[in-house]
Amino acid sequence: MLRSATTPVLSRQRLGLAVLWLVLILVPFWVPFVGGYTQLAGRALVLGLAAMALNFLLGFTGVMSFGHAAWFGLGAYGTGLMLRYVTSSTLLATVAGVLLGGVLGTLLGRLLVRRRGVYFAMITIAFGQIFFYIAYRWNSLTGGDDGLRGFQRQPIGFGRFLLDIQGNDIALYYYLLFVFAICVGLMGLLLGSPFGRTLIAIRENERRARFLGIDVERQIWLSFSLSCFFCSAAGALYALLNNFADPMTLHYTLSGEIVIMAVMGGMRSFWGPLLGAAVFVVLQDYVSSMTVNWMSFIGLLFVLVVLFAPRGLLGVLQRETPR
Amino acid sequence: MNLLEVHHVSKNFGSLHAVQDVSLMVAPGELRAIIGPNGAGKTTFFNLITGFFPPSAGEIRFDGTDITRVPASGRVRLGMARTFQITEIFPELTVRENVRIAVEAAAGMTLGIILRRARQEAIAHEISAAIALTGLTDRADRKVGELAHGDQRAAEIAMALALRPRLLLLDEPTAGMGEQETFEIAALIRRLHRDSRYTIVLIEHDMRVVFHLADRITVLEQGCLLAEGTPAEIAANEAVQAAYLGQAA
Repeated sequence: MLRSATTPVLSRQRLGLAVLWLVLILVPFWVPFVGGYTQLAGRALVLGLAAMALNFLLGFTGVMSFGHAAWFGLGAYGTGLMLRYVTSSTLLATVAGVLLGGVLGTLLGRLLVRRRGVYFAMITIAFGQIFFYIAYRWNSLTGGDDGLRGFQRQPIGFGRFLLDIQGNDIALYYYLLFVFAICVGLMGLLLGSPFGRTLIAIRENERRARFLGIDVERQIWLSFSLSCFFCSAAGALYALLNNFADPMTLHYTLSGEIVIMAVMGGMRSFWGPLLGAAVFVVLQDYVSSMTVNWMSFIGLLFVLVVLFAPRGLLGVLQRETPR
Repeated sequence: MNLLEVHHVSKNFGSLHAVQDVSLMVAPGELRAIIGPNGAGKTTFFNLITGFFPPSAGEIRFDGTDITRVPASGRVRLGMARTFQITEIFPELTVRENVRIAVEAAAGMTLGIILRRARQEAIAHEISAAIALTGLTDRADRKVGELAHGDQRAAEIAMALALRPRLLLLDEPTAGMGEQETFEIAALIRRLHRDSRYTIVLIEHDMRVVFHLADRITVLEQGCLLAEGTPAEIAANEAVQAAYLGQAA
């Protein structure tokens, strides 16, 4: 985000960032003590990345997509298919997933840059459903309704050192965190750059942006494409996490859940969506063990947040600390 | 040679002829005012010049180039900057951030990711200069949305100036302002014209401002060109008097 150049704010931000990364790095050590497990934290991290990717578009460009599950699911299927049919390299499979979702998102995104608001959102839903039905029907390749099985994430070798993400949950978590950090670092770099400021300009006032000589359509296309790449990275990780790609990862219900995570966490803040995803995933895990109607609890929380904390859960937390 | 040439443009919205066969030549360094009763098509005419929408007929040339089909953002990059009748700014950002976006856009950095330090300093300098020119230095780090109306207009002009335009188009810069604010904005426009040698086209309702500032005046009525000339010629023009008195009666 644009920052004011006063030093106390900056150093406080740095401190907050350091604490946040420390918490993320130390997850395998503290999560068991609060009743969680590393796999659950990995899920929160992956969905958090998806929500942050969506928020790149929604919160920082001001464009709403209701179809981001498409890119998430394509990332998952790309990685799964690669591991099943082509290679045993987890890294290559991750890259393949990112490229499948990212490139298709970029191509299709070209078709909707002139649409705004509801029309933009409707077309993104349609894109998502196209890929859902392809995965759902193409039994021989994707496993159809049952999802894509029969692949395993493979240990990653660095020379003599082997990162056993196959059998070791903690090693897997660190692989997820590694990809997460690359994506989030890139997003932060982009949003703090002149390019990122043009996106914020479009969000704030599209007409003014246009009359500053900013090619609004091109910038929205780029923002959408980048968002697709980041979101399919999350999907690729999701396939590795579960050793499974499910057609429901392409379905618009997941798109809706990603939107809920981003908005609930706080779409005007960079990290808000991660918090939203963590709350979503933990609540889902905890409440669904008691009732099948877990979604109503999340729905209730979502409505409360939207009504009483328009800046999201992170906004509530930040209000407590003095500016 | 003229900086801006508008040849016989028309704009129809369905059966409404908002602008009909209007031509306009603006020489470099000139300050041109466009006046006319409400609904005369002034803002529509402005929108045609700046590429808000394309004309139904006619041709627009800027510095010798045909720009009739060039979109708005392309015209800005060629050197046209405009402000709006209703202030268009980024209200949630500070004055400095508003102007920074304009400076970076003008420097062709809309795809820029990494800034070198020397470039950063040059940009910071340019931002401060545009802010100083409009007298907003002491409010530079406040959110634009929180400023007084007159200061918001000044901030919008600062953004337009930050684009380093060759032609500045101001749509009713004193709209909705009190005496003091009107005076300040008029003084600012006068400085930009006399001292900084900007070529300016403005729409204005306040006749004192128009007759005080303009080199030449163009009068529109019901979408058509009614008269054009120096302030003295326009003041003496009977058709213009009739149009204004007719509206007043």
